[in-house]
Amino acid sequence: MPSSNTFLSFYSLVSSRLQKKNMKILVCISKTPDTTAKIAFTDNNTKFAEAGVQFIINPYDEWYALVRAIQLKEADPSTVLHLINIGPADADPIIRKALALGGDEAIRVNTTSTDDYYIASQIAAIAKENQYDLIFTGKETIDYNGSSIGGMVAELLEMPFISLATQFSLNQNMATVNREIEGGEEVDEVSLPLVVSCQKGMAEQRIPNMRGIMAARTKPLNVREPIEAATLTEIVSFEMPPAKSGVKMIPADQPEELVRLLHEEAKVI
Amino acid sequence: MSILIFLDQSEGHIKKSSFEAAAYGSAIAEKMNTSAEGIVFGKTNDELKSLGKYGLKKVHTLEDDRLNNFDDDVFTHLIAEAATSLNATVIIFSNNFNGKAIAPRLSVRLKAGLVTGAVSLPDLSEGFVVKKNVFSGKAFANVSIKSAIKVISLNANAFKPVEKEGDAEVVPISLEIPGSRVKVVKVDKVSGEIPLAEAEIVVSGGRGLKGPENWGIVTDLAKELGAATACSRPVSDSDWRPHHEHVGQTGLAIAPNLYIAIGISGAIQHLAGVNRSKTIVVINKDPEAPFFKAADYGIVGDAFEVVPKITEAVKKMKS
Ligand SMILES: Cc1cc2nc3c(=O)[nH]c(=O)nc-3n(C[C@H](O)[C@H](O)[C@H](O)COP(=O)(O)OP(=O)(O)OC[C@H]3O[C@@H](n4cnc5c(N)ncnc54)[C@H](O)[C@@H]3O)c2cc1C
Ligand SMILES: Nc1ncnc2c1ncn2[C@@H]1O[C@H](COP(=O)(O)O)[C@@H](O)[C@H]1O
Repeated sequence: MPSSNTFLSFYSLVSSRLQKKNMKILVCISKTPDTTAKIAFTDNNTKFAEAGVQFIINPYDEWYALVRAIQLKEADPSTVLHLINIGPADADPIIRKALALGGDEAIRVNTTSTDDYYIASQIAAIAKENQYDLIFTGKETIDYNGSSIGGMVAELLEMPFISLATQFSLNQNMATVNREIEGGEEVDEVSLPLVVSCQKGMAEQRIPNMRGIMAARTKPLNVREPIEAATLTEIVSFEMPPAKSGVKMIPADQPEELVRLLHEEAKVI
Repeated sequence: MSILIFLDQSEGHIKKSSFEAAAYGSAIAEKMNTSAEGIVFGKTNDELKSLGKYGLKKVHTLEDDRLNNFDDDVFTHLIAEAATSLNATVIIFSNNFNGKAIAPRLSVRLKAGLVTGAVSLPDLSEGFVVKKNVFSGKAFANVSIKSAIKVISLNANAFKPVEKEGDAEVVPISLEIPGSRVKVVKVDKVSGEIPLAEAEIVVSGGRGLKGPENWGIVTDLAKELGAATACSRPVSDSDWRPHHEHVGQTGLAIAPNLYIAIGISGAIQHLAGVNRSKTIVVINKDPEAPFFKAADYGIVGDAFEVVPKITEAVKKMKS
């Protein structure tokens, strides 16, 4: 949409004069199976079957959280932008891909735990150490669908949290954030430091270019060992939903039959 | 010991998803031989004692103008205080926008394991195991909560309340209200519409409808059925419909009793947001459209001819 792009670049110009200098931003990046991946389980339904599956940066983290953070850095190059992933070494390719879009360096905390509280504790520990002004997460991971990490990190750091943000702007230390609420939207004002979970509206998807890909190769990817933290939950097994019994086709000239079936058979109207 | 249910309200009315959360919490209380109690903040216009029909024994109220707007920071503090003083071991939210903002915070505050998006009652035979949606509705995970206190958020339309006899006791609770760090400067709500996330019937349109000027056939059918309206991503991306109607992987995930898809091809990313619907009807002119594989009922035909006839047939059935 050209109109919104024009608006964004205009906006970036304005915000460069309003943004705080030397701001530090952290973007949380998770690794998820591609949206079209076949979902199946192994080891007696306790593990996701990874064979043949392509992994990507969780779409909300890439398109919205990361791109919006990159725009803030573009608006003021004194901004420091770090990416973080909590996970084993097989996340490195997607971290490099994220760095190819933008960001100065990445941190990976080396662990295989999938408990939200444990993951949030790792992010919070790094955040405490580096004193970020702003932490962006995606709305949710498309595999676990927790929508939890952002709120947990905020609470661990005793920061305000804006969930499901659709727009974000800065005036020095003050952020103006639009967030989705039931049947509408709310505009909030809140001062940094702050945690924001990002969704559609925050930014537009970008494709990494060759220069970015080359630059990403030499950007630091610091691997850290996890801190002690509790795990409060554990996935004991996975299940597939029961298969649909098959579609019942109704001739286009018999809409009454559809309505009858919905009323008498499916009992939904 | 008790089970505490956060009753979310909008403009003075308890949300439908909170009735489901109340009934769900009461069913857990029954399993655990304890009582289910609700808590509501801000001014409400509803008869709160009638929440007894969802099994609540008590409803704790804190009426204060500072609480009319949702604030995850303030509400977390208040619920944590209430949970501690009421000795609540399980705290229930709806997995809606507010639940998503507050449940993770509370989980950390109380060091309570959290499962979001629960779809059925916990299995207590070995510990405390909650079934939740994962992989955008394509699978379930059974998650064991190991901490003493547990926080669960329930998916909309996942638990059907059975109405019971009896009233809840409505008791004011006194809690110190902390200052807020977030200033709400504007609230824009489309009132009068059925909120999509809670709707039992959803009529949805895709690119097959060709343009926003053709949406009348969708809204007419929705109106006749008392349904909410939704759309596929390209439709909201092209601004044919408002963004909050976008369902799917990157939009809202819904699970109504009935989802009617008109002129939508059924891409995997679209299905990810709607595949938990109980009954799916697909209307598409292409018999090869992938959506038919995920449907319960299908009509191959031109939406512009078929949909108005369905609307007529619904009208006839009702009269
Ligand atoms: C990472 C990722 C995330 C995505 N997230 C989402 C998401 O959240 N939600 C989403 O919807 N999509 C999402 N998409 C896009 C998705 O892949 C599809 O492109 C999109 O769902 C297609 O929308 P559609 O079915 O409306 O349009 P089309 O695919 O163009 O389908 C139109 C359909 O209408 C039918 N039709 C045409 N004329 C008529 C008529 N007169 N009567 C009846 N039928 C007619 C056609 O046969 C066709 O099946 C995502 C894609 C990616 C890559
Ligand atoms: N392992 C992880 N490493 C880094 N960030 C994560 C991780 N898991 C989740 N996140 C972030 O938290 C957001 C919400 O995830 P979740 O609560 O798991 O749905 C994601 O969109 C990411 O931004």
